[in-house]
Amino acid sequence: MSDVLDSYSLVAIYSAMAVYLIAFVLFAIDIAKRSANASTAAGQLAMSEGQLAASGSGGVATLERQATDAAAPRYRFERVGFALTVLATALHVGGVVLRGVAQGFVPWANMFEFSLTSSAIIAVVFLLLQFWQDLKFLGVYMTGFVLIALGVGTVNFYVPVKPLPDALDSYWLIIHVFVAALGTALFAVGAALSLLQLLQARRESGAGGRGLAFLRTLPNSVRLENSAYLVTVVGFVFWTFTLVAGAIWAERAWGRYWGWDTKEVWTFIIWTVYAGYIHARATRGWRGARSAWLALIGFASVLFNYTVVNLFFKGLHSYSGL
Amino acid sequence: MSRPSDHHETPPPPKGEGITQPSLGIVGYLRFFWRQLTSMRTALVLLLLLALAAIPGSLVPQRSSDPNGVTTYYQDHPDLAPVLDDLQLFDVFGSVWFSAIYLLLFVSLIGCVVPRTLHHLKALRTPPPKTPARLSRLEAYRSSSVEGADAASAMESARTLLRKAGYRVRMFERAGELSVSAERGYLRETGNLVFHTALIGVLVSVGIGGGFAYNGQKVVVEGGPFVNVLNDYDTFSPGRFFDEGALPPYRLIVDDFDATYETENVNAFGFASGFRADVTVHEEGREAYEAQVRVNDPLNIMGLDTYLTGNGYAPHLTVTDADGNIAFTGAVPFLPQDANLTSLGIVKVPDALPEQIGMRGFFYPTAAELESGALTSTFPDLLNPVLTLNVYTGDLGIDDGTPRSVYSLNIEEMTEIVGGDSGVDAIRLQPGESYDLPGGRGTVTFDSMAEVSPDGESVLRFASLDVHYDPSAGWVLLFVVLVIAGLITGLFVPRRRVWVKAVEESGGIRLEYAGLARGDDPGLDRAVGDLAERHAQSLRVRLD
Ligand code: HEM
Repeated sequence: MSDVLDSYSLVAIYSAMAVYLIAFVLFAIDIAKRSANASTAAGQLAMSEGQLAASGSGGVATLERQATDAAAPRYRFERVGFALTVLATALHVGGVVLRGVAQGFVPWANMFEFSLTSSAIIAVVFLLLQFWQDLKFLGVYMTGFVLIALGVGTVNFYVPVKPLPDALDSYWLIIHVFVAALGTALFAVGAALSLLQLLQARRESGAGGRGLAFLRTLPNSVRLENSAYLVTVVGFVFWTFTLVAGAIWAERAWGRYWGWDTKEVWTFIIWTVYAGYIHARATRGWRGARSAWLALIGFASVLFNYTVVNLFFKGLHSYSGL
Repeated sequence: MSRPSDHHETPPPPKGEGITQPSLGIVGYLRFFWRQLTSMRTALVLLLLLALAAIPGSLVPQRSSDPNGVTTYYQDHPDLAPVLDDLQLFDVFGSVWFSAIYLLLFVSLIGCVVPRTLHHLKALRTPPPKTPARLSRLEAYRSSSVEGADAASAMESARTLLRKAGYRVRMFERAGELSVSAERGYLRETGNLVFHTALIGVLVSVGIGGGFAYNGQKVVVEGGPFVNVLNDYDTFSPGRFFDEGALPPYRLIVDDFDATYETENVNAFGFASGFRADVTVHEEGREAYEAQVRVNDPLNIMGLDTYLTGNGYAPHLTVTDADGNIAFTGAVPFLPQDANLTSLGIVKVPDALPEQIGMRGFFYPTAAELESGALTSTFPDLLNPVLTLNVYTGDLGIDDGTPRSVYSLNIEEMTEIVGGDSGVDAIRLQPGESYDLPGGRGTVTFDSMAEVSPDGESVLRFASLDVHYDPSAGWVLLFVVLVIAGLITGLFVPRRRVWVKAVEESGGIRLEYAGLARGDDPGLDRAVGDLAERHAQSLRVRLD
């Protein structure tokens, strides 16, 4: 029975991957088209750009909104890509749930399940964020990211359904890992926005490369920075909670809440780098580009933590299941 | 001054300051140094340094979390290891340089938080500031004209609206205009200060509470006791302020150890779960009671937590010597080497005559022969228990009092008489079987414990228990809760000032609304827009 469910789960995951792939291609075409259109429509956009620049730090929001609304072309590829992302996410979440049902406990007890579940959470967070702000332009990055996570997860980490080791049988672990995945998802979006912010700032200062003309169709660097900050800061709260839940679990499982185990070290490093990012945002001379770099370093550490540290570093958290 | 001088909202110093400064003098230097230490930039740099300094702690094994790793590192890199040790790289988190960074950071933190707290306490009692003359210059701005309205009642309703929205308000009057000045979000700064102060609390709790903490390890075979006194522990690490008299008086007996082994799921055949040690606890001055220790579920006895951290088999052996005397009898814990509990063990018989006997061997709970003829265990439960032993005679090297681990055998002064290159095959026994040592040196018996053991098994099991006491945990938890609460309020409560002004015009008034963010406040513009709308609504209701 559980084997059957497990294989259904895999079918759902593979289908999701196929749909993500199409969405990815559509998002990519959309970006390419934006670049092309942005060059031809440069004259038309120049005006609204001028207005944007004049509006400065995003204070006169009404002006900006008018400008973008009026000039906003219909991004057909993006819309179809987004619709497909919704479908793919539904399949993806379905696959994760099936896996959980197949084994009778939460599907994040080893690297395979963790790549499955955390990438599903990333996809869901990406979809939900659209209610807050239109971030569909991150589609190519998000679907690409999820595809890689699923690809590596299914090809390199796959393990069949197994019983849960005693050490992982804890509510605190369930909370700890789930919140870590939420935090990671927000950090992923934040990093994308910070990256675009850096590119956008470069373009605004006149140094931008030619191939990135699509940046003209995106919000200005200050607005990108503000969005990046908000997303990242929510991620930081989740990360803080991850750290605390992990410590509580460690105290239940190993009798000490903090022991500088490799995984704990990296959770701490990530937390500290992001605390640095938050400070940088409030420090004269560090707002803007420098703080954005810190956000990117932070996210690079998150990725490092999930890949290299999980697989190659020795420690108590050797739960990769491989 | 409240915020650090280089906070992005603090106005920058006038140009030229610092260049034309007169000579500083000692006090001047100290003040300058203090200003630097408590600046945002320093905090930021120290935070980043702290992150960097932690990295080696994950690359190099640490004595605190992985002492065996350090030993192995010394063996693998005999030249490099002492150099790393001199740099304290095996003790990163207690090292001078790591401590220096976090101590500086916390000094900076205190220097930053104290003046801000004082300033904030004052700000809490200060009414909102005067309405600026030209609101239209502010970040968020709206204006509209209302005919037939009068300024006084318009301001009255604005005041009520703002009050209800949690603003602190104050009215101002100037020729031809009335205004309300409002401020909200003091909680933001409160949250931020609680956050930073609680961080200090965490550090102090760990620093002081950790000194009273201690932990010890003990391997107990089924049926065996553990007494909570210092010399009954196999290993013990006390905190700085540990006092032996503080160990609460109790003892416990491990009655039974249990685990469940997977036999249905082929993907996880032999997978063990449900580890459980049944114990009887005798606290001083209390009737004995039964309890259980499980993984993830420690047992608290008189304030100490007992954890289950390992398990294995302890074959029971009896050795008689050449004279026929029983030189050794007892259960010997064998350390598991793989998931199927192939286990390695050492038996030392110092009282054997004429020479001391040492044995090293493997225990296989479910023995199977490999093609090479070597044994291996194929399942962790006791399906086909087999014990193999190599025997040495000579000097165990323990008589002079040199401490030696019970898990290692020093064969420098010994001769191998059974197994290995001795020409005699290694001993291979099943429970209940005996073996006569060559040369009439005596016998070795692998006793069957089926009659004695709680579940009728022929080999006893052992449980590794970890006993911990850490009075800092509760305090740390308290401060951590404050950290999170402060973080959330400090980050997400918007702090803003809002002004509503009514300027008298011919036939009515012109209303102006403006807001100023203090800290990141993405919702400011919308909030001012909402206010203008709601105010207009309430005025309309009045006018109708
Ligand atoms: C242990 C080291 C520190 C950590 C982990 C830390 C962490 C943080 C975090 C997470 C925030 C955002 C949370 C909130 O606003 O409530 C923050 C804000 C802030 N921190 Fe720290 N901090 C540390 C040390 C310091 C020091 C030494 C200073 C003073 C120089 C400082 C000054 C500030 C200020 C002024 C803000 C508010 C930023 C703003 O206006 O948005 N922090 N800190």
